[in-house]
Amino acid sequence: MIETVASIPLAVNENLNIRKRRIQNGSSKTRLSLVTGTHGDELEGQYLAYMVGSFVDEHIDRLDGILDIYPALNPMGIDSITRGIPMFDLDMNRVFPGTKQGTMVEVICSSIVDDLCGSDICVDVHSSNIFLREIPQIRISVPTADILVPYARLMNVDFVWIHESATVLESTLAHTLNSKGTKTLVVEMGVGMRITKEYCKQLFDGVINLMSELGMWKGETAPVREPVVSLGHDVGFVNSDAAGIFVPCADFGENVKKGDHIGDVVDPLTSEVIEKVQAVCDGMIFTLREYPVVYGGSLLARILQPAVGGETA
Amino acid sequence: MKRKILFSLKSPYREQLDVIGYRFGHGKKSLAIVGAMRGNEVQQMYVCSRMVQALKKLESDGKIAEDCEIMVIPCVNYYSMNIGKRFWAMDNTDINRMFPGYNMGETTQRIADGIFSKLQGYEYGIQLASFYQPGIFLPHVKMMDTGFTDAEIMKDFGLKFGIVRKPRPYDTTTLNYNWQVWETKAFSVYANATDEVDTEAADEAVNAILRFMNNRGIVSAKTPPGYITEILNENKTRQIQSESAGMFFRTARIGSTVERGDVLGKIVDPFDGELVAEIRTPVSGTVYFAYNSPLINAKTVCFKII
Repeated sequence: MIETVASIPLAVNENLNIRKRRIQNGSSKTRLSLVTGTHGDELEGQYLAYMVGSFVDEHIDRLDGILDIYPALNPMGIDSITRGIPMFDLDMNRVFPGTKQGTMVEVICSSIVDDLCGSDICVDVHSSNIFLREIPQIRISVPTADILVPYARLMNVDFVWIHESATVLESTLAHTLNSKGTKTLVVEMGVGMRITKEYCKQLFDGVINLMSELGMWKGETAPVREPVVSLGHDVGFVNSDAAGIFVPCADFGENVKKGDHIGDVVDPLTSEVIEKVQAVCDGMIFTLREYPVVYGGSLLARILQPAVGGETA
Repeated sequence: MKRKILFSLKSPYREQLDVIGYRFGHGKKSLAIVGAMRGNEVQQMYVCSRMVQALKKLESDGKIAEDCEIMVIPCVNYYSMNIGKRFWAMDNTDINRMFPGYNMGETTQRIADGIFSKLQGYEYGIQLASFYQPGIFLPHVKMMDTGFTDAEIMKDFGLKFGIVRKPRPYDTTTLNYNWQVWETKAFSVYANATDEVDTEAADEAVNAILRFMNNRGIVSAKTPPGYITEILNENKTRQIQSESAGMFFRTARIGSTVERGDVLGKIVDPFDGELVAEIRTPVSGTVYFAYNSPLINAKTVCFKII
């Protein structure tokens, strides 16, 4: 059943509709909400939503509960290859919980939160932006780690990143829902504007496994991997100091040693290497720049350090 | 006057970005004024250029107080201004959501850090601000309620209204908020327009800033008399949402006094021209914000009434 969560008339002969599909079977009221499409340039969740929905449709007799799929919280953004909501300055994921008395976007956010509240668990799927590729991971803020890490372990991701909370992140959908008692996991994977089928399959297995553990899936599940669980200080950031074209020589997912050569920033005009980029620590490259043009400060890679004082896998 | 490069950033394909500051007077860091941080903040840059003109004259006339230094940064993000973008051209991030900045971080975090390191230590800070929605404002001054700055100081601008805003989470990365955290008494001055020049509103903003500097003993300047500023909390202002969508026609002027029930604007069907809705004010007061785009969606904040 397709339902409209929010509908706002647009200026010329159109409505902005936020829609969800409810798939329900059996007697259980256990409810998992799969949410994606907050940022219009993040498309990995689109395919995941399709995969989960079509699989459950085909095996509906194995479902005992409610699966709500919200594929596009920002449909105009997806439609126009716009990260934010077109014609609105603020990132949608900085406007939650919204308010019924505010701007159009705040009204929409408020309706979305109202609709999601009460889910037993919510999975909020993001891709990276167009600049970076990310290994499938779940990000959790420190205050919610005790509650959420056990669920994150079920999701078949490679990495659970527990990061410090920041005031500005209090206006995300995940923070809002977790504050209201609806457990919400934030998934990051892949790269913006693309679909990485193997990552979507990996997360698909995770979602089905989570449903199984919640008692709402009676079918078989694929084995899931044990993620590395890490606190924020275990991640090394590699930023460019030069402006030019970044050409990596290390691979995504590769284990490197501190000081290893992982790429160059080159100048196409002078044909010079402007910066020889080195690993800032030992560990695995779990984020790697996809978009070659860089300025000083552009993020080139993130490296997950090995188990020194933080890894608890 | 001294013109100095405060921060530089190399680009792969363009001339180096040099953020320029103009310093007047000598001694204690008294006031910093920051203009355009977004590429469409032309009015904000224009007001700063007018301040540079005014301060040059005051300096040559010996009207800047002893032991007072003033800095004006007309434009931080002219890279975006030159190519018609509002945010940082490369990754569409907003420099004014990156403060206090981080010198080892992403590009716009480094820009914010580079600027902020030069903006710390001033007693007062003024940002020429723009709003995140299309619209025009009655010139006014605003401050974040962080508990550090006395709202009464806003009266020294002599603008009609001084508004105190309770910060939301997304405000905590703005220049204004972080200035206050670093103990600069920070204010945002809204000079009506953003991507076009409104000379009348710019005059009012320049006079308000000069009045503030005069009242704070930073300069000795003659300015037209100001208003007795009414200080109020933002949550006491009334937002009016459009209930319909279509073409928007504003009938109420910015700054006009309206009575409860007055028509402020109307929405008509964009295809057949039929009247869809009249927008009436539920309260009496002064119109201090009006939406100014010809097309309007439902649930858009189209007026704010004080």
